Amino acid sequence: MPDTLAIKRISATPSALIPLNSLRSGGPVYSKLVDISKCIGCKGCEVACKEWNDLKVEQTTNFGSFQSHKDLSSNTWLLMRFNEVEVGDDLSWMIKKDACLHCEEPGCLFSCPAPGAIVQYQNGIVDFNQDHCIGCQYCVSGCPFDIPRFDKETKTVAKCNMCIDRVEAGLEPACVKTCPTNAIEWGIKEDMLALADKKLDRLRERGYEHAAIYNPGGVGGTHMMYVVPHGDRLEDYSLPAHPTASPGQLRGLNVLQRVGSYLLGFGVISAFVHFLAVGPESPEESA
Amino acid sequence: MASLAATFGRGAMTNHWKDIKNADVILVMGANPAENHPCGFKWALEARDENNATLVTIDPRFTRTSAVADKHMQIRPGSDIAVLGGLIRHMLANDLHHADYVLAHTNASFLVSGDFGFEEGLFSGFDEAASAYDKTSWAYQRDDKGFVRRDMTLQDPQCAFQLLKTHYERYTPAMVAQIAGCTEEKFLEMADIICSTGRADRVGTIMYAVGWTMHTVGSQIIRTGAILQLLLGNIGRPGGGINALRGHANVQGATDHAIVAGILPGYLKVPTPEQATLRDHLDASTPTPLVPDAVNYWGNYPKFLVSQMKAWFGDHATAANEFGYQYLGKQDGDATWLSIWDQVRQGEVEGFIALGFNPLLAGPDVPRLLESMSKLKWKAVIDPFMLDTAEFWRAPGMNPAEVQTEVMYMPTTHWIERDGSFTNSGRWAQWKEKAIDPPNGVRSDTFILSELFWRVKELYQQDGEDAVYNEPIQNLTWDYLNPREPTLPELAKEINGYDRATGRLLSSFGELRDDGGTSAGNWIYAGSYTEEGNMMARRGTDDPTGLGMHHDWAFSWPLNRRVLYNRASADAEGRPWDATRAGIAWNGQRWIGDVPDYGATTPPDGPGAFIMTEEGVARLFSSHLADGPFSEHYEPVESPTINALHESVAVNPIINWYDGVRETLAAEGDDFPYACTVYRVVEHEHFVTRNVPLLVEAMPDFFVEVPEGLAAEKGIENGGRARVWSKRGEVEGVAIVTKRIKPLLVNGKTVWTIGIPVHWGFVGITQGSMANLLTPYVGDANTRCPEFKAFLVNVERAEPRTT
Repeated sequence: MPDTLAIKRISATPSALIPLNSLRSGGPVYSKLVDISKCIGCKGCEVACKEWNDLKVEQTTNFGSFQSHKDLSSNTWLLMRFNEVEVGDDLSWMIKKDACLHCEEPGCLFSCPAPGAIVQYQNGIVDFNQDHCIGCQYCVSGCPFDIPRFDKETKTVAKCNMCIDRVEAGLEPACVKTCPTNAIEWGIKEDMLALADKKLDRLRERGYEHAAIYNPGGVGGTHMMYVVPHGDRLEDYSLPAHPTASPGQLRGLNVLQRVGSYLLGFGVISAFVHFLAVGPESPEESA
Repeated sequence: MASLAATFGRGAMTNHWKDIKNADVILVMGANPAENHPCGFKWALEARDENNATLVTIDPRFTRTSAVADKHMQIRPGSDIAVLGGLIRHMLANDLHHADYVLAHTNASFLVSGDFGFEEGLFSGFDEAASAYDKTSWAYQRDDKGFVRRDMTLQDPQCAFQLLKTHYERYTPAMVAQIAGCTEEKFLEMADIICSTGRADRVGTIMYAVGWTMHTVGSQIIRTGAILQLLLGNIGRPGGGINALRGHANVQGATDHAIVAGILPGYLKVPTPEQATLRDHLDASTPTPLVPDAVNYWGNYPKFLVSQMKAWFGDHATAANEFGYQYLGKQDGDATWLSIWDQVRQGEVEGFIALGFNPLLAGPDVPRLLESMSKLKWKAVIDPFMLDTAEFWRAPGMNPAEVQTEVMYMPTTHWIERDGSFTNSGRWAQWKEKAIDPPNGVRSDTFILSELFWRVKELYQQDGEDAVYNEPIQNLTWDYLNPREPTLPELAKEINGYDRATGRLLSSFGELRDDGGTSAGNWIYAGSYTEEGNMMARRGTDDPTGLGMHHDWAFSWPLNRRVLYNRASADAEGRPWDATRAGIAWNGQRWIGDVPDYGATTPPDGPGAFIMTEEGVARLFSSHLADGPFSEHYEPVESPTINALHESVAVNPIINWYDGVRETLAAEGDDFPYACTVYRVVEHEHFVTRNVPLLVEAMPDFFVEVPEGLAAEKGIENGGRARVWSKRGEVEGVAIVTKRIKPLLVNGKTVWTIGIPVHWGFVGITQGSMANLLTPYVGDANTRCPEFKAFLVNVERAEPRTT
């Protein structure tokens, strides 16, 4: 089913505060569901992401890990992070697909001062438009998951766009298509939540009493959710426990607020100067 | 695969990839499918999540498979038989085996000669001088008609079941722990899971790969797994089996077409010099039934071989010339990997053609291999990529001026650039289309091999009729539309076979004849390309049973059967052991379900379930391997410890020792205290993907996995560098200091294990140490498959590279 890509929010415009089309409903809202308990860390998704999005090959060196890169970059939007953790008597090799979570309330978009540089679609995808990016990197600090990366050459910021060109054509993102174990599922968010519940039941049956769904409310939920076997050890998966973002923190509007307060301050000072120079208004005059 | 044939009659994965989803218990041992078979591994995870299966791994390392398993047990490299033997003992001691199955479908009741015995690590009949067993005492007891005597109560001390019980009695949990280095508690926890399927309503599978095969006891490790599965009643059943995972997309196909030494296509036998006539060869190769009710399908051997020779020599193969039997090479000695290179080393081989593989990196003891390769006069390397093998003269440490070998390199098409078929691990021959055109000037393998054939034929013609071996070359059939470049469909049809009178493509090997009336290049592929078309190209997805058999998808040899030995999925009356997972079922007139591995209308009380054995049943006791009718734990040739079962017979007594190899092994007094094993990683496919930038980016450098405690002891830092050396060579790379390999307590002593990946060499966009600089030049007693998986090394911190 092709997606019409109806827009929900555009950075540094009023729609960032009051979403467009908020009264219109019925369009599909998607989510990825990453089942960490099914992920074998093969990096198929990592490679497929680079292939589909034409991202440059980077020279990597082994730094004492099965992990390919130390960190995400403007040319590596998806990184499998590997972490060996002792859980009780057992070892857990926590392997996590690190990429944009596509927040329902995207901190990057709220903090972006460049109109149109970040767009959120009704279907849940948050996409960067480098043509409008001014390279200020407010989005980098606005993201509670530390995802966007600045490219020093192009002076713009980049991150996973959920393969929006594929989604528009009715296809699943490249990482989903590639995953050999179906650890990454794709579909309508409600269906994905139901699937996540089912997966949770099975994990608990298998003895993972702290298994959890990661769909944090502090960002209004995400459009990439995780099924986390050790839900009590989010930090070991490098997942923040309480990420937040809200339009109340709109940094793009802060500029206006600042201008406003300057104007207000100017008025107060002018009044005071006027008072000193001219003195108080006489009641007679005002009457 | 030698051991599967020795147990069941065919050497192949018994079930297929998708069938793994039907299992209740999945034991992954000697394999790392998440890493090496990620696409097929999805079915193990589907079983885990959708079928409530328990997934367990037993391995020297905590692998990416272990990362998604329910339980993992670490063992010392080379201790597999101890662990599996322990499982057998645990099962029999606690009556956890599937008794009805064992009685109906195995040779448990067969009586073995009273002369058979086992003492201090040696089976009866050991001939020390010949390093071989005289198998006379391993024979069955026969009645006056020549059939095997049986005791259906399984009480006779000479019945296979009792002998088995006695043999494995020594493998107590304490002994397993002592040898393998696991704890008794952990072993028992695993044993309870694995042995929980010895019932009609439960079924378990084993996934194994070269982690079992690549040992001096490799065949016997697999045998032990096969025995375990037979006792649990798991062979022939959907969700069961012993599943050999093949390394490349087409290893099964290559094996079927005789890439391994000692067989002709379809697992026929290579004639020996003593077999002077076709009759001699057929008599020696065609088994006779050992019980009155055995199908003994290998009894049709003459039909398979004669049809094969008809495919090769056509009208030149007649009854008068023994169908060309004298055209076939007679094998004297063996042509295994180790033996070939040993002959090269002795100066007995002049030239070598490497077609589609990289011998320098694929074999053990690279320093020795380099020495051998330098003795070749010429070498031709035919491959899509430039290979280390083609440039062996500039390998690290080599002096090119001293190498006189002439090397020819010819680029050829990659599989992605041509049509053809892949036969996957599960015996599915799947046709594929060419995806892209080859680069300009690059020719196909079929073109290159055809040219080679025509040039050789012309040379023989010039030499005249008296040239040695002239006749078979002149008489070889090469009747393709374009004889300079046969098409893949033409070859596929030739393999399938024809009725020679009518030219009709055969639809089953049941039609093959031994009078020259039929031809078939490979009998097990009969039915793959019929008058109805290319069965391998079928893509029907119907799955009426819900068990993932997909009979309309591709072609599964033999005869599109999806689960081998599926008669054993039902009891003596033909009722499936588990109606929810029926392989085949008897409906009163015929068998329904999978394509029966049995007569389609033969009633269940007919012959035994295993139609390929002359016993009619599967073999718990088997005289078909060289090193024993049961398995026994022998240490790797390089071991950090004694053999706790029998110190005087520490290693496999039937090993073939090549000249000068003993001197290359760690000896007493040498300082090689650590066990080492080699393996692959998922980011790379052997040595090909080091040419693919995105995959090099994903796993860039050669590395060494060092356990945390040992690294601390040696001052090795994570991400720093480590040097590892064996008596044969040394490697150096980035250290991955890991929690995933723990120290083990083996025979009262701490043993550390080091891990090394194999993908690197000195050609390609990523370069690094060759793992096989370290490995020993010694192989399995049956197959000569090298012992890559367990040897000794030392390790130290290396200084950072300045460049």
